[in-house]
Amino acid sequence: MIQAIAFYFFATIVVGAAVMTIMSRNPVHSVLWLIMAFFNAAGLMVLVGAEFIAMLLVIVYVGAVAVLFLFVVMMLDIDFAAMRAGFSRNAPLGLAVAAVLLAELLLAVGAYNAGGLTLGSPDGSAMQAADASNIEALGALLYGKYIALFEIAGIILLVAMIGAIVLTFQPPKPGARARQDVGKQIRRRPEEATVMKNPEVGQGVEL
Amino acid sequence: MIGIEHYLTVGAILFVLGVLGIFLNRKNVIVILMAVELILLSVNLNLVAFSAFMQDLVGQIFAMLVLTVAAAEAAIGLAILVIYFRGRGTIAVDDINRMKG
Repeated sequence: MIQAIAFYFFATIVVGAAVMTIMSRNPVHSVLWLIMAFFNAAGLMVLVGAEFIAMLLVIVYVGAVAVLFLFVVMMLDIDFAAMRAGFSRNAPLGLAVAAVLLAELLLAVGAYNAGGLTLGSPDGSAMQAADASNIEALGALLYGKYIALFEIAGIILLVAMIGAIVLTFQPPKPGARARQDVGKQIRRRPEEATVMKNPEVGQGVEL
Repeated sequence: MIGIEHYLTVGAILFVLGVLGIFLNRKNVIVILMAVELILLSVNLNLVAFSAFMQDLVGQIFAMLVLTVAAAEAAIGLAILVIYFRGRGTIAVDDINRMKG
């Protein structure tokens, strides 16, 4: 009973937050609603015992991706009212496509429930042991059988990081301030760079 | 009792909302990126639901991979957005035809 209540609570909020994300006038509000949606999706995942993915969702999305979105939204100086010009013009087509898509997906769920589809049954090699926690079982799998996937994920992140840096890096203009002169730095001696002072109490130091 | 079909329904609704978001905010790239995040969230929800109800942890491994790809996509997408805004002063996607595709 409590499980059903929690499920409907989280599900309602996640759908409502998703609606607000796409309907909100202000993109900052959209980001905040997106955070709400992710928190509640994490709640849904905790309900079925996938704690680690839920925590990952909160850490990665709320901690990193949403903040990235917030920064970009706030950095760009855009007239967001003009951005919504086509909103009502696009609405009929969008709603039609969405309705068709939803019907299709629910049909698929219905077909799955009616037993029209047979999924391959798991071979039991990735079953969670009764005495192991979710994180323990996932770790054994991730660092064992699926180590290649793990490494590929690392490479994807590396490529994304390098790509983002290369895209947004602006080389300093020639003659701009804050140029580094290595020779000058090395020629510097302690005697000319530091001064010993022994001020009276309460006098302070004059530079 | 909550079964897998409840989770699949929530996933389907979230997916449709993501697609609808792309249609409704055709001009605003930032909201489009957020809609894509919603779609990936629904995919993750489905993967985790199947993983839990079929007693097979591989679904959660793949959900982690989806999460990684989503984070990378957001980073690259926002970087492209920033340099586009730097050059043009706007992010209206209707006007993007620089590559004459």
